[in-house]
Amino acid sequence: MSLTFTLDGKTIPFEDGQTIIQAAGKAGVFIPHLCYHPEFKPHGSCKLCTVKVNGRHTASCTMRAMPGMVVESDTEEINAERRALTQMLFVEGNHFCPSCEKSGNCQLQATAYHLGMMSPHYDHFFPNRPVDASHPEVLLDFNRCILCSLCVRASRDVDGKNVFALSGRGIKTHLIVNARSGQLGDTDFTLADKAAQVCPVGVILRKRQGFAVPIGERKYDKAPIAETVTEGK
Amino acid sequence: MTYQLETAQHPKPLRRVAIDPVSRVEGHGKVTILLDDQNKVHQVRLHIVEFRGFEKFIQGRPYWEVPVMVQRLCGICPVSHHLAASKALDVIVGAKKLTPAAEKLRRLMHYGQMLQSHALHFFHLCSPDLLFGFDSDVTRRNIVGVAMAHPEIAKQGVLLRKFGQEVIRVTAGKRVHGTGAVPGGMNKSLTVAERDELLKDIYHIVQWSRDAVSLIQKVHTQDPGLYNSFGIFRSNFMSLVGHNGDLDFYHGTLRARDDNGKLIFDHLDYQNYNQVIEEEVRSWSYMKFPYIRAIGKEHGWYKVGPLARVQNCNQISTPFAERERKEFVDYAGGTPMHAPLAYHWTRMIEMLHAAEVIKELLHDDDLLSDDLMVEGERQMEGVGVIEAPRGTLFHHYQVDENDVITMANLIVSTTNNNQAMNEAIRHVARRYLHGREVTEGLLNHIEVAIRAFDPCLSCATHALGKMPLEVELLDVEGNRVHSLSRS
Ligand code: SF4
Ligand code: FES
Repeated sequence: MSLTFTLDGKTIPFEDGQTIIQAAGKAGVFIPHLCYHPEFKPHGSCKLCTVKVNGRHTASCTMRAMPGMVVESDTEEINAERRALTQMLFVEGNHFCPSCEKSGNCQLQATAYHLGMMSPHYDHFFPNRPVDASHPEVLLDFNRCILCSLCVRASRDVDGKNVFALSGRGIKTHLIVNARSGQLGDTDFTLADKAAQVCPVGVILRKRQGFAVPIGERKYDKAPIAETVTEGK
Repeated sequence: MTYQLETAQHPKPLRRVAIDPVSRVEGHGKVTILLDDQNKVHQVRLHIVEFRGFEKFIQGRPYWEVPVMVQRLCGICPVSHHLAASKALDVIVGAKKLTPAAEKLRRLMHYGQMLQSHALHFFHLCSPDLLFGFDSDVTRRNIVGVAMAHPEIAKQGVLLRKFGQEVIRVTAGKRVHGTGAVPGGMNKSLTVAERDELLKDIYHIVQWSRDAVSLIQKVHTQDPGLYNSFGIFRSNFMSLVGHNGDLDFYHGTLRARDDNGKLIFDHLDYQNYNQVIEEEVRSWSYMKFPYIRAIGKEHGWYKVGPLARVQNCNQISTPFAERERKEFVDYAGGTPMHAPLAYHWTRMIEMLHAAEVIKELLHDDDLLSDDLMVEGERQMEGVGVIEAPRGTLFHHYQVDENDVITMANLIVSTTNNNQAMNEAIRHVARRYLHGREVTEGLLNHIEVAIRAFDPCLSCATHALGKMPLEVELLDVEGNRVHSLSRS
C-alpha cells in the first residue's frame, strides 16, 4: 500500500525516508526554502520551509514524512512568519537588488516576491562587508550572503575541497574562506567547482560578466519561483 | 575671486529669502536671496545637492556592476549615466570600437531618452510658464491647466514622452533603470516585433516634434523683448561634436567656444578632459564649479546643454532639424545667442533631431543583429562622455588588477551649468526683484530662469511640477517677517 500524507488538504504520496519537502516537490507542490537543495543533505537553518505538522512548527526540509501526517504550509499564518524571516535576511545583509546582477535570477528576491514582501520592515543593519576580489575568475560579494551553507556543502561534499566554512555563532555567524590569508585567490577554487554554481543569491559571481541576460529573459522573469520548483528544480 | 551678487559685502543686517525647494525642476534645489530694508538685492545663490556620495559608494565595487548601479543617481535621465559609465568601461575592457549593432542600439536608447526627457521638460514643466506667463494665476500655472486650455498640446506631450520611454524599454529591458548596455556592448538587440511596434508611431512623433519647434519658435519670436533678454549673461559654451562637426548626443570630441563663438579648443579626445577642465570648490555650495583651465577660474566657466550644442555644431545630420537650426541661427543674427529662454527653442530642435534619428535607426537592420559584444586589451582607466539631455556628462573610473573600482569622478551636466544658472538668476533678481515687495509671481521669475536650464538637482523626480514651494522672509534675528507658500 502506498504511503501518503496530506499537505494543505492535498494527498501527497511519499517513499520511506523522504522528507516532507522532497515529497512535496515530487508532487509539484512548492514549499518556500532557501538553504534546502535537492542535491545536498539538508541544513535546516533558514527556517523558510517551516510547516505545521499536526499543529506543531517544524522544518519540512529535515522532517521525514510519515503516513497520515496532516501538514499545513500555504496558510496566512505560516506565510506571515516566512515573510518576517525573509525581511530579516534582507536587513541583515546589504541586498541592493537594483544594481545586483543576480536580480531576476536570485532565489531570495524571488521568494520575497512570492511571499508578497513589500518592504524590509525592520531597520537595516548595514554591515560593513568588503568584497573579496582576489580570485582571477570569481568575485565574492559577502554583502549578500544569507548563510545557507550550500557552498560549504558543495565544496566539501562534491568538490572535496572545503573552500568555505561558516564561522562565529548567532548573529556573528559569517562565511569564511579556508585559506591562511582568508582570500579566495589563495585557494584551489575554480569556476568549474560545484560550489561556484549553487549560491541562491549573488555572492559567488563569475567575474567580468554582469547583466549578460536581458530583463525579461532571466529565470524568474519567465516563471515565478513557485512554478520553477519541482523536484530537481 | 568675486562674482557680482555672489557674496554680499555686509550680510549681517540683511533679510534672507529662500525658495526651497525650487519647483518644477528635477530634484531638490534651493535659492537664497539677501535683501535689505528697501528690498535691494545683495546676494543670490542657487544651492544644489551633489552626488559626491555616489563616487565614494562605487569605490570597491566590481566594475561591471557600475553601469547599472550609477543609474540610481537619477530617476529622470538614468540612461545617460548608464551609457556614460558603459562608455568609460568599454575603454577599460579594451573595446575600442563596438559592433555596429551595439553602437546603434545604444544610440537608439540614448535618443529615446533625449526625446522623453526633452518632452517631459517642455510640456510638463515649462509649458505652463510659456503659455500662460510667468506671473499668471498660480492655480492654473501647471500641467493640469495646460491640459484644460490646450488639450492637444498636452496630449502630444504625454505621447512623445511615452514613445521615448518605449524606446528605452525595448533597448534596456525596462522603462526606468534597465540593463541594456554592458561594458563592451549590449545584452540584447531588438526583435522584429519590437521594432515594428515603434515604427508604427514614429511618423507622428516626428510630426509632433516639428509642431513643438514651431510652437516655441512662435512664443519666442512674438516677445523678443522678454525672450532675448530674460536672465541673459554671456559665457563660453561647450559640448561634444560628432563626425564632421555634426550635432551628436552619443559620441564625439569636445569643442568649446567663447561668448563670441570663437573656438577655444576643438577635436579634443575626452580621455584627456582633465587637461582642459578643472573643478573649483566654493565654501557655500555642495556643487563644484567647473571651468576651462586655459581661461582660468574667473572667466573660464561655460554653459552646456541644448543652447550650447545647437550653436556649437556645424550642422545637424537630419533634414527637418537642420532647417530649424538654420532658422534659429539666422534669428540670432550670426552671433551666439546667450538668452537662457532660448534653451527652450534649441531643446525642441534637439527633440526633433532625436525623433528623426530614431526614425532612421528603426530602418536599419543592424538593430536586429546578435553581434553585440567585443573585448580587447584590459586597461586600468577609462573616461566616458555623453551629451545627456541637460548637457555634457563625464564619467571617469580607475579599476585595479582585481577588477574593482578604485577611483570614480563624475561631472554631471547640471554641475557644468552651475555658474551659468547662478548668473542667470542674479540677472533676474536685479532686473525684477530689486526694490520691490516679494511676491510669488516675482519669485517664479527666478524659477523660470532656473528651469530654462532643465537642471536635474538630484535624484528625485517630480514630473507633475507639484513640489511645494515655501518662501520665508526672515529678519536679522531670524524672525519670520513674511511668508508665502504654494502646494
Ligand atoms: S555564499 Fe551563497 S551559497 Fe554560500 S552560504 Fe552565502 S548565500 Fe549560501
Ligand atoms: S530550507 Fe528548510 S530550513 Fe532552510
